[in-house]
Amino acid sequence: MGRQSEIGHLRLFDFRNYELLDLSFQKRFVVFAGPNGAGKTNLLEALSLLSPGRGLRRAPYGEMARQGTQSGFSVKASVRIASEETTVVTSVRLDGEGPNSRLVRIDETQAKSAEELLDIARIVWLTPAMDGLFTGPAGDRRRFLDRMVLSIDPTHGRRASDFERAMRSRNKLLSDNRIDDRWLAGIEMQMAELGVAMAVARNELVANLTNAIALADPDLPFPKAGLVLSPGFEEGGLDGPAVQVEDRYRERLARDRYRDAGAGRTLEGPHRADLEVTHLAKHMPAGLSSTGEQKALLVGLIIAHARLTSVLSGMAPILLLDEIAAHLDARRRASLFDLVGDLGGQTFMTGTDESLFEALGDRAQIITIADGAVREPREE
Amino acid sequence: MAKSIAGPEIERLIQLLAKLPGLGPRSARRAALHLVKKREPILRPLTAAMADALEKVGECSVCGNIDTSDPCTICRDPARDQSVVVVVEDVSDLWALERAKALNAAYHVLGGVLSPLEGIGPEDLTIRQLVERVSKGEVKELVIAVNATVEGQTTAHYLMDQLEGLDVRATRLAHGVPVGGELDYLDEGTLSAAMRSRTAL
Repeated sequence: MGRQSEIGHLRLFDFRNYELLDLSFQKRFVVFAGPNGAGKTNLLEALSLLSPGRGLRRAPYGEMARQGTQSGFSVKASVRIASEETTVVTSVRLDGEGPNSRLVRIDETQAKSAEELLDIARIVWLTPAMDGLFTGPAGDRRRFLDRMVLSIDPTHGRRASDFERAMRSRNKLLSDNRIDDRWLAGIEMQMAELGVAMAVARNELVANLTNAIALADPDLPFPKAGLVLSPGFEEGGLDGPAVQVEDRYRERLARDRYRDAGAGRTLEGPHRADLEVTHLAKHMPAGLSSTGEQKALLVGLIIAHARLTSVLSGMAPILLLDEIAAHLDARRRASLFDLVGDLGGQTFMTGTDESLFEALGDRAQIITIADGAVREPREE
Repeated sequence: MAKSIAGPEIERLIQLLAKLPGLGPRSARRAALHLVKKREPILRPLTAAMADALEKVGECSVCGNIDTSDPCTICRDPARDQSVVVVVEDVSDLWALERAKALNAAYHVLGGVLSPLEGIGPEDLTIRQLVERVSKGEVKELVIAVNATVEGQTTAHYLMDQLEGLDVRATRLAHGVPVGGELDYLDEGTLSAAMRSRTAL
């Protein structure tokens, strides 16, 4: 097993409904329990800022600051890796000083990019907002897929945002009716390199995940998912060496400039990819399964991905499971807790009712939240 | 808007300072206060230095560098190899390369990179001037030293296209392991770039 990261302490300052909050975590399972609206998910969101991106709600930073605050917010965490303690501070200033993005400091040193956080911890989450993943828009599944790639390959985020930027540049030239062949060719070359690299990375993840799912215990109460990636490329798809795929894509981009100008966007590329998920045993699209079954499929997928991350990156991921118990019956809940326990990483969960976590027994630290305040963790 | 706490002269100073890169309204207020307090040791010499710069500093008509003479000191330096021209995005890049004393050559400052999203096209950059400079035949090598960003690479590609047919050797900076860097900590993109452009020991 690889190295483990464990969050020992969390301090929030003007974050969401918390003016100042200090929490210490002593166990591998941490449960935030409390009524709706108490601020449980806010805590998971704060923890999710220990990974690149805008956290599990993908909210604008302005929304994360406590209402009424002018200056901004910060989230500070102490993370133990092996036996070394590392301090990570993420802060956002809203008063016009400093950049418009968040500032990440790792042990008092400013990180060059948020991707450095992936050296500290790999964080995987599951939230109720993801419940409609199989039936919702393809964009949600692409984002889900890209986050899965990112937790294994830290360069993927950069690749994807660079591709996006190149594509928006191309769209802009086309919509301005500025058909400068040389300029467009320069942009399309970047798009081909970045876009194919993106697609290859996604493809590799899907292949690895498929293997991981095949190896999983068939008796688990989480059904196995079949995954098929349509990469978004026409004629030939991803067949052949990457250089050939790049050349084909580049040539088609050059050929289709007028078509894309008419459509107002680029019609081919990794931004059109989709991940089709099926219920393997029932041979049917995941989106046609019952709500509970879809949740179980999703949980199975997340667990398989967490295990894969742990094997490939050498770091057992930290799991954030929001309202996880809601759609799962007692048998599935108990099985989930055992599976997650086997992964070896830390897990944070929320729920309205403490009793949903009974199967965890004294493996869990229960923290009760009410109206932005925290009742001292119970001593057992 | 908060009520003004000082006369319009101070407010104006603060507003102008806030336009400087890296300064927000709060740090601009702090800087303005500092300037006014340190009137003799800082404010007066700074005012003189700025007036001097306004008067004398300009752009070099050959390479786009910033200097008090035109052509600039670098373009007129006979000890430099004027047949090698390093193409950079900005004067700050030129300064960085000069600080590193990387190459005893001449420069060409593009004045930015092609960026449809920021509304910067070829006509906003000194690409035409570069092509003219190369057409004269004295430049033998162009070192394209643009940033490894999407826009930088697009600009490099565009430049190469424009220079086609001209008798000039084009090179670019190597991408790879930073000096003092540990392989273990490098991202995969950098590592594979470094591996591709490996050199003989």
